[in-house]
Amino acid sequence: MYAYDDFDADFVRARVAEFREQVNRRIDGSLTEDEFKPLRLKNGLYLQLHAYMLRVAIPYGTLDSRQMRQLAMIAERWDKGYGHFTTRQNVQFNWPKLKDVPDILDALADVEMHAIQTSGNCIRNVTADHFAGAAADEIEDPRPTAELLRQWSTDHPEFQYLPRKFKIAITGSPNDRAVTKAHDIGLRMVRNAAGEPGYEVIVGGGLGRTPMIGKTVRDFLPKADLLPYLEAILRVYNLAGRRDNKYKARIKILVHETGTEEIRAMIEEAFAEQKALFQAPPTDLVARIEAAFAPPEFDNTQSLAFDRAQADDPVFRSFVETNVTEHRNPAYGIVSVSLKPVGGTPGDATADQMRVLADLAERYGHDELRVSHEQNIILPHVRKADIPAVHAELKKVGLATANIGLISDIIACPGMDYCALATARSIPIAQEIATHFDALKLERDIGPMKIKISGCINACGHHHVGHIGILGLDKAGVENYQITLGGDGTESATIGERTGPGFAAEDLIPAIEAIVETYLDLRHTADETFLDAYRRLGARPFKDAIYHEHRDNARAA
Amino acid sequence: MARQRNPQIVTANDLFEGDVIYLTASGDWSRDHGEAAVAHDPDQAERLLGVANAQHDRVVGPYLADAKISPNGRPQPVHFREAFRTRGPSNYFHGKQAEA
Repeated sequence: MYAYDDFDADFVRARVAEFREQVNRRIDGSLTEDEFKPLRLKNGLYLQLHAYMLRVAIPYGTLDSRQMRQLAMIAERWDKGYGHFTTRQNVQFNWPKLKDVPDILDALADVEMHAIQTSGNCIRNVTADHFAGAAADEIEDPRPTAELLRQWSTDHPEFQYLPRKFKIAITGSPNDRAVTKAHDIGLRMVRNAAGEPGYEVIVGGGLGRTPMIGKTVRDFLPKADLLPYLEAILRVYNLAGRRDNKYKARIKILVHETGTEEIRAMIEEAFAEQKALFQAPPTDLVARIEAAFAPPEFDNTQSLAFDRAQADDPVFRSFVETNVTEHRNPAYGIVSVSLKPVGGTPGDATADQMRVLADLAERYGHDELRVSHEQNIILPHVRKADIPAVHAELKKVGLATANIGLISDIIACPGMDYCALATARSIPIAQEIATHFDALKLERDIGPMKIKISGCINACGHHHVGHIGILGLDKAGVENYQITLGGDGTESATIGERTGPGFAAEDLIPAIEAIVETYLDLRHTADETFLDAYRRLGARPFKDAIYHEHRDNARAA
Repeated sequence: MARQRNPQIVTANDLFEGDVIYLTASGDWSRDHGEAAVAHDPDQAERLLGVANAQHDRVVGPYLADAKISPNGRPQPVHFREAFRTRGPSNYFHGKQAEA
């Protein structure tokens, strides 16, 4: 784990003190809301539908037990006893009072956390593969790069007032678990023919109103050139990005309107200038960062406990099948803890659950936890012999749901239950789908299935890259849901296709069931996934199923 | 001036707590939608909004929302968003529904 140095610690404390004064001035009437709003947003504080919401950064989704316990304490002391883990690997508290927020930020600073740049038109929290440093397929741990980017981008004077928010994701594995192609900049660690590590640089991806898959502007960028190259991309965007229309202000629109070749030439020209001027980060800093992410000391003691537990306990076997991923060390496993209990709110964890996760990380997991963009918590390094004990502890607090990657492992944004921007609710839809398919006992037969739900066009629920995507809209004062099919957020990223008219909430579940039944009827073999079947069959049989069976209920969008 | 189709009320969020509030006829604020002052024409609505905007040291983001009048004479929300704001989230018994 990276630990703050004195500069980091002083910087964060100074920001809290500054914000405390700003809150005091808002409360005593010295600041109007128009004056205060940009200040609170710079510190991650939104005003949502029912309350304030504080968005806390979890850089590249990595935290330790001390930090998780502090989040639990904050949830209990200043919120309503739970936190919401998001698709941007942040955590959100939904009910803080304005006067308490500086105290919350101080409590976060106590454990080297903050809410800086979790809002605003700046470089947001850098996200990364949640299996970083543990995955068997990894070329290199992406977190040292992500931490370097965090330090480079925090309070960067040139990039505090970009045309719009700016999101960077990085993966160190060829199997993309960070949705790099749907970010403003996606970085994929690669090696060149000489075996040297570097990055494939992808620019101009993004979801929301105009979903786009990013374009590769460099097949191989040497590691040493990363910061000047990113400075070049950001500078081109800052100067040429549109500011006349907030919906067209993202770099994806700039890339689309300018053309990939021309953007690449503009970036290369700016890079040539930057590289000549740019001072490389000090080698001792880079070495310090890399040392902070050195692999833990693995215990390779062999044990039969893992195999024995699988043989003896079908519930545990089922958990292993879905929630345990191959680790780079054969004696270890990566345990994904589902925050999607059937009928629960995707991404929510209670203070008690957070504390149990912290305890398990400390006792069995080399004190590491990760937040995945799919709103689950990862214990990245658990000795296989300890996984039965971890499973037993998770069961006690309702965290042992064996559904990672299955139909009930749904991403759902907060939707209109919380979010002031939402046009419909997401959470109840996720709850209904999970409950419905649990009752049908079809989940394992269906196999890998990613359903992603957004409550508005901004697509925080990543619906465009869901195998089944659901977009909630307001249609003449009634919640209405559009379906997209065939989306994919991995290395083979694809934007889903809209099926046609949307559905009223009560007609949506039958439509999803019709899609699933069509897949089960038409798949070649039980091994053919929904996505593979959809790519083979196209949209037609699925559209026929949902609009034939539900034509009387379908509503024109 | 355009004709107002529905009666309207003024709603906002409380500056200190963040929760949903409604402007009453006395110029004060209530957490109960049913106690909101009702404007039956655009001039009245603008006047109410002016009263709310003058209280920027207590409230955040006042705006006019459509309402309908129930048989008991109390205003009720028209749009589902405003209906959700009268109670709280669907997934937990939190917010106004828990405080009622």
